[in-house]
Amino acid sequence: MAQKILAEHCGQEYLKAGDLVNARVDLVLGNDITMPLAIEEFKKIGVSKVFNKDRVVIVPDHFAPNKDIKSAEQCRFLRRFAENQKITNYFEVGKMGIEHALIPEMGLVLPGDLVVGADSHTCTYGALGAASTGVGSTDAAVAMATGTLWFMVPDSIKFIYRGLLKPWVTGKDLILYTIGLIGVDGALYMSMEFVGPAIKTLSMDSRFTMCNMAIEAGGKFGIIEVDEKTEKYLKNKAGRDYKKYKADADVHYYKTYDIDCSKIDLQVSAPHLPSNAGNARDCRNIKIDQVVIGSCTNGRMEDLKIAFEILKGKKVSKNIRVIIIPATQNIYLAALNKGYIKAFIESGCAVSTPTCGPCLGGHMGILAEGERAISTTNRNFVGRMGHPKSEVYLSGPAVAAASAIAGRIAVPEEVF
Amino acid sequence: MIIRDKVIKYGNDVNTDVIIPARYLNTTNEEELASHCFEDLDENFKQKALTRKIIVAGDNFGCGSSREHAPLAIKASGIKLVIARTFARIFFRNAVNTALPVLLSKEASENVNDGDELEVDLEMGLINDLTTGKTYKINQIPAFIQEIISSGGYINYTKKKLGSL
Repeated sequence: MAQKILAEHCGQEYLKAGDLVNARVDLVLGNDITMPLAIEEFKKIGVSKVFNKDRVVIVPDHFAPNKDIKSAEQCRFLRRFAENQKITNYFEVGKMGIEHALIPEMGLVLPGDLVVGADSHTCTYGALGAASTGVGSTDAAVAMATGTLWFMVPDSIKFIYRGLLKPWVTGKDLILYTIGLIGVDGALYMSMEFVGPAIKTLSMDSRFTMCNMAIEAGGKFGIIEVDEKTEKYLKNKAGRDYKKYKADADVHYYKTYDIDCSKIDLQVSAPHLPSNAGNARDCRNIKIDQVVIGSCTNGRMEDLKIAFEILKGKKVSKNIRVIIIPATQNIYLAALNKGYIKAFIESGCAVSTPTCGPCLGGHMGILAEGERAISTTNRNFVGRMGHPKSEVYLSGPAVAAASAIAGRIAVPEEVF
Repeated sequence: MIIRDKVIKYGNDVNTDVIIPARYLNTTNEEELASHCFEDLDENFKQKALTRKIIVAGDNFGCGSSREHAPLAIKASGIKLVIARTFARIFFRNAVNTALPVLLSKEASENVNDGDELEVDLEMGLINDLTTGKTYKINQIPAFIQEIISSGGYINYTKKKLGSL
């Protein structure tokens, strides 16, 4: 599928894995960490304007609302560039969300698009049948200047998911399980195609979560074919036509994995690699200091709904901090209207305006030396959420919310 | 070009969070980034980098975040070359685009020791380990990617291309 999208974007009939091409991109995005560097590089190229002011998206979300003076200066640098370039899609604090939740929500990415973003989790939009991948700041600069970028055409790995999901299991558990199965470089340079009857049953939110973490297995793309759920999601969002791609029946895959979801329990990935995945029940004696529910991986409505179902009417464990971060202002407002936010506050949780914040050890919940968190985020590398001697366990929202009540890693059945 | 220097050796899955922790990403200043390079992985990196300018690592070097600050911090630390068995794809792109030479060599990754002195001949595609006397081959890099590196990075390459249009 990704090969077809790349071929379409460089005017070729057919591409094979390993080909190097210069392709037209539909959207270029960046944030307050990667974009300052991209703008500095853009200015060196010597073109005065971005290739298309409607197709460059800038979202200050990592260290915004500004966490310190230097971050404030980086955000101001972005804001001025956006003003000078008349960038249509610059999202200021108050309107912004975490880029990978916000951009699909705004209908800015559509099926068949080729998208590059100066953020590794740009692969999230594969859930909409787009070929979308993370790049660096120099790549973003060249893409902003020329509307094109060089690509190496990836080979593809097919992941077929079958069977009924166990209670509370979501896309996060499937992707943690998958990364555990193949390793953090198990799909290096590859396009990961997620298919099968179990994928069809997943919500769009869970599909975004799965594609979001393709990079955690080294993947270039994580991609899911458009179906009726995708079309429904796009119904009042898509402002332009789009093209649906399907994998050819006789297409060659580098590898195929057949996964029985009925055997997948709630997952937890132990420090310090996302591939250290296992059954959450085996981690039940692990005490925690902090819980984070949010991020581009799991800050969407489905995640907050699950957290609400577990936390409502209960109190979080004494002496632990629980931080819930709706990924966009729309999600925040919807959660408020449904009574989720009230329930979270009554349970003793802190609820934050959208930000990447603690996920990358930026702000809004940094860990001290020796502290441990369970988090619905995407990485648990050394020092990811704070002190190099702190620890992060990754999970989906159900395990995180149950752990908030138990004060240790727990599964929902233990707290009902 | 021939690069002759000593090796700092690291293992598998060296991620961009330990190459340059996110807490220092509120700047794009290269010297400042370099002052924190590898600090969560190896507190002696700065000391080592005074006399050793080649990094040799295992699989998946540079995995994780897309932060270009990672190759910039490595370059500004004085490192001339990174050799690994495999690189994470965004790091590989970023290194090429910022003209930090990156080489793939399974044999060197497996056999070179911390502190060995290497003589790397980029044109010949050979790594001579002067300490052990062994020689290893470098996987060939596509001509297009070599052209970006030899142009001094993707910005200079793009400027050349735009100038020629």
